[in-house]
Amino acid sequence: MIEFQNVKKVYQTKKQTVEALKGINLTVEKGDIFGVVGYSGAGKSTLIRLVNLLEHPSDGQVIVGGKDLTKLNPKELRAEKKKIGMIFQHFNLLNSKTVFDNIAMPLVLSGTPSKEIKERVGELLEFVGLSSKARSYPEQLSGGQKQRIGIARALATNPSILLCDEATSALDPQTTSAVLQLLKKINKEYNITILLITHEMSVIREICNKVAVMEGGRVVEQGSVFEVFAKPQTDIAKNFVRTVIHDEIPQSFLKNIGSYIPIIWKINFIGTTSGNPLLSTISKKFDVHLSVLSANISEIQETPFGNLIIEVTGNKQEVDKAYQYIKDEGILVQEVQING
Amino acid sequence: MGNTLWGMEITADQLSTAFGDTLYMVAISLIFSGLIGLPLGILLVITRKGHILENKWIFNVLNPVINILRSVPFIILLVALIPFTRMIVGSAIGTNAAIVPLIFYAAPYIARLVENSLLEVDKGIIEAAQAMGATTWQIIYRFLIPEGLSSLILTFTTATIGLVGSTAMAGAVGAGGVGDLALAYGYQRFDTMTMVVTVAALVIIVQLLQSTGNFVSKKIRRR
Repeated sequence: MIEFQNVKKVYQTKKQTVEALKGINLTVEKGDIFGVVGYSGAGKSTLIRLVNLLEHPSDGQVIVGGKDLTKLNPKELRAEKKKIGMIFQHFNLLNSKTVFDNIAMPLVLSGTPSKEIKERVGELLEFVGLSSKARSYPEQLSGGQKQRIGIARALATNPSILLCDEATSALDPQTTSAVLQLLKKINKEYNITILLITHEMSVIREICNKVAVMEGGRVVEQGSVFEVFAKPQTDIAKNFVRTVIHDEIPQSFLKNIGSYIPIIWKINFIGTTSGNPLLSTISKKFDVHLSVLSANISEIQETPFGNLIIEVTGNKQEVDKAYQYIKDEGILVQEVQING
Repeated sequence: MGNTLWGMEITADQLSTAFGDTLYMVAISLIFSGLIGLPLGILLVITRKGHILENKWIFNVLNPVINILRSVPFIILLVALIPFTRMIVGSAIGTNAAIVPLIFYAAPYIARLVENSLLEVDKGIIEAAQAMGATTWQIIYRFLIPEGLSSLILTFTTATIGLVGSTAMAGAVGAGGVGDLALAYGYQRFDTMTMVVTVAALVIIVQLLQSTGNFVSKKIRRR
C-alpha cells in the first residue's frame, strides 16, 4: 500500500545541509496500522509527509497504492491526495468555519453537490459521535472533540489511507485512548490502512500491528509489535519498550548479589498462556527453584502480553532442561546477562 | 457670505462639502488601493520561501518596490506624481487629482498590512489544505482569506484611517476635504473655532471607523 524505497531527504540551507532521512526502506501493507516511533528530530515527521507529498523525496521512491506520486501531473496528484486522509497534532481546523463546514471542506474542494455533502457530513458526524456539534465552531470544542472533527474531515472523501501526524500528542491520556479506539474502528470497519507517527510507545502498544523505530534519519528496527516488544534489538527500541513495559530487574536485588552470578530468565507470554501453571510445572518437573523478580501483564492489541523475570537456582543440568522445556512449549525465554 | 456657524469663518455648507469631499476621496482611493494592495499582499505571502507558490523572483522584486514606495513621504509623492496624475485624470488639481497619489500611497501600505495579516494564519491550516489536494486558488480563497479575515478587517480599518489623515495633505493640490479646511482656515488664518470643529470632525470619523472595524473583526473572529 505504501512503499518507501531507499528514500532520502536532504534540506539545503545556505549554511548547511541537513540529512533528515538517510535511506528509508519500509513497507506498509493494506489493512495495517503501522506505527513509526522516535524522538523528535528522528525524521518521522518528514517521513509521513512524503506519503502525500507535503515533502518531496530528494532521492528514492515512495510508492502509494502502486503509484509514484512524484510522477503525476498536478491534477492527477490532487485526485490521489483525496485517497489519502491526514490528521494532525494541532488538528488544523479552520477556526472561521463551523464543524459542519470544516468536515465538508474536502468535498467542497472537489465540487460535490451540496445535497450529497449534507448527507455525507451527517454520516461522518454520527460516526465520530458529534452530531450535536455541527453548528459549533472549533474553539468551542475540547481537544478530543477537535481531533474527532479532524478525523471526520480526513474521512470525507473515503480515503484508503489515513496518515496520523502525532494525532494524540496534544491530548490527555483518557482522550488519547478514546481517539485511538476510534482509529482502530476506522481501520476495522472501513479497512483503511493507517500510518501513524508518535513519540509515545503506549500509542503503538494500543493500536498498531507493526512498528518501525526511527533514530537519526534511519529506521533502526522494525517488525510486528509483538516481536519488537518481546525482543527489542537496539538500545533505543529497548528504551521505548521500557516506557510501557517495566521489566527491569529490581535494583535492590542487584545490590545484594555480590560476587555471585545468578541465572535470570526473561519470559514473555502472549495471549492466553498464563504464567503460573508454567512456573509450578517447572518446579515440579525439574529440580530447580524459581523466584519471581518482576512480573507484569500488559495488553498489546487487546491480547495479554506477560512479562516475567525469574531467578533460577539448581544444578546446571536441571536448569538447562527446564530452559529447553519452556522453549519447547513455544514460550519466549531469554537469559538475562547481568553486567557488574 | 453664507450663514456662518459658531463664529467660524466657514459656513455650514463649506463644512458639509468638505465632509463629502473627504469621504469621496477616502472611499475611491480605498477601493482602488485595496484592489491593488490585496493581491500584492497575497503575492508577498504565497511567493515567500516555503509557501504555496514559492517564487524568489517575484518576491525579491515586489518586496523592495513596496518598501521604496512606502518610504516616500506622501507630500513628495503628491508632487512627484503630478505629470502622471495629469495624464490619468486630465488635471493635477482638485479632488480627483488627489486620488491618484492617494492610491500610490495606500496600495503598498495595504499590501504590507495584508501580508502581515495573512502571515498570522497558522501554517498547519495551509498544510491541511495541501493534504486535501486543494489548488493554489482554493487555498487562497477557501483557507487563507477566511482564516485571516478578522485580521484583514482591522488591516483595512487602519488603512482607511491612514487615508483620512493623508487627505488632509491632499489640500496642497486643492483637493478640498475636512483636513484642507483645518489647514486653510484653522491653521493658516488663525481661526481657532474652525480648527477645533474640523479636528473634532476628523476625530469622530476616525473613532467611528475604528469602532466599526473592531466590531466587525470581533464578530468574525468568534473568540
